[in-house]
Amino acid sequence: MLEVRDLHVSYGNISAVKGVSFDVAAGEMVCLIGANGAGKTTTLKALARLLPAQGAIHYRGHSILHRPAHALIGEGLTLVPEGRGVFARLTVAENLDMGAYCRRDRAEIAADLDRVYGLLPRLKERADQLAGTLSGGEQQMLAIGRALMSRPKLLLLDEPSMGLAPIMVQKVFEVIQSVAAQGVTILLVEQNARLALSVASRGYVMESGTITLSDTGPALLANPKVREAYLGE
Amino acid sequence: MDTFIQQIINGLVLGSIYALVALGYTMVYGILGLINFAHGEVVMIGALTALTVIKLLADSGLPGTLVVLIGMLAAIPVCMALGFTIERVAYRPLRNAPRLAPLITAIGVSIVLQQLAMIFWGRNYHAFPPILPTTGRDIGGAHITDLQIVIVLLAAAIMAGLMLLVNKTRLGRAMRATAENPQIAGLMGVNINVIISATFLIGSALAAVAGVMVSANYSIAHYHMGFILGLKAFTAAVLGGIGNLPGAMLGGVLLGLIESLGAGYIGDLTGGFLGSHYQDVFAFFVLILVLVFRPSGLMGEKVAERA
Repeated sequence: MLEVRDLHVSYGNISAVKGVSFDVAAGEMVCLIGANGAGKTTTLKALARLLPAQGAIHYRGHSILHRPAHALIGEGLTLVPEGRGVFARLTVAENLDMGAYCRRDRAEIAADLDRVYGLLPRLKERADQLAGTLSGGEQQMLAIGRALMSRPKLLLLDEPSMGLAPIMVQKVFEVIQSVAAQGVTILLVEQNARLALSVASRGYVMESGTITLSDTGPALLANPKVREAYLGE
Repeated sequence: MDTFIQQIINGLVLGSIYALVALGYTMVYGILGLINFAHGEVVMIGALTALTVIKLLADSGLPGTLVVLIGMLAAIPVCMALGFTIERVAYRPLRNAPRLAPLITAIGVSIVLQQLAMIFWGRNYHAFPPILPTTGRDIGGAHITDLQIVIVLLAAAIMAGLMLLVNKTRLGRAMRATAENPQIAGLMGVNINVIISATFLIGSALAAVAGVMVSANYSIAHYHMGFILGLKAFTAAVLGGIGNLPGAMLGGVLLGLIESLGAGYIGDLTGGFLGSHYQDVFAFFVLILVLVFRPSGLMGEKVAERA
């Protein structure tokens, strides 16, 4: 589904991602963990074409390195950005409509809206409220719901647990798992390594712009280096 | 009392025109964060284009109202093309430049357009041919012409249409999303360049209509009419809260009323020391007051930092 080879991203003269390679196969949930500043978000932004990058990014067999950012969602590659990025001055329903901006199949969109409301009933209760009035957790749910409205094949999730209360983190991860169970491929970036590794089938560990470890989720959870560096043991 | 009603009528007419122009400023500001100082010149070119067509057709025997309508329909595409070109040529290359660069460019574009209009249409004042009916009606001792009624109603209808477009359509939703966060709108599949072009096209069409209204109402047009009109409309946009569409409409109408009432009563208030030619002072006095006491405007709200 996604093949990344020797990806380099820099901000001016400072290189943030230094030759990263990884794969995500269809149907997998893969996580990218690492400390603050390791280059995880930068990697996702490069994949979503929000930052210029060198190297190779192949999505479903085609290079997307030079595609404009707005073209990707129509091909099923959708980013839920760090900090959620909901449109605070649009209503919840309008935010969800924005997720389906590239789609024209009205009946299918309506069906997907019902599905999203079924998965996230809080959004239905607040459909006509401005998104800016939602709590952080609800905004995260909205950001995920909005992404689902695009019918993603590959969902990129950037720090969905950031800034949320533990109970809300739990709920967000339940939603992510049920999305994955519906067959959506997921690339998850998280600082909450324990949680990410416990739901992901495979994981990569990033450190200062490079990938230093890769293994299955359970194996990384058991890895002494990971336990020491990221699980606080 | 009749002076009061007369000034209210004049103020509403003037305010409707300000509102149409102010919408152009506020829409562009909402999406690009840019004060498009060339917008007043687009109004001027709309007025002169329409007037040129109207003069050509004035003796054709067509009804005067139809001739003015044709003039307006000719001015709209000309202004839309102009607005589109201004954005592509002058502002787009500076999209990621520091904010001062496009602002200075906007002033430059304004000067260039004014000079081009002067070369093309000359330095003279162009009189609006007397082809429109001068009928009207009396309300409580004041007089309102049919033309003024049409101006107010047409402006109201256009603004209602614009609100529908912005609030109820896919394009409008994309415009609001882009205004709030262009990068995230892009992630949703919105082509930002298309939205920005659409904004300039719509704003310029409104400017064309406003230009015809101004020249018809005051029976005159000239190459530098856009400057002061643009500044007034900008003031109206700031008064309402720049970036806010209903604010631009409210600001426009309020500014028109303030100016008219001010001009109507300034002579009495100052014992004849200052006359109605001090009309322009009011707009800029309002601008100063707003900037000092409520910089976010009447309807502008401080938007909370994004979570």
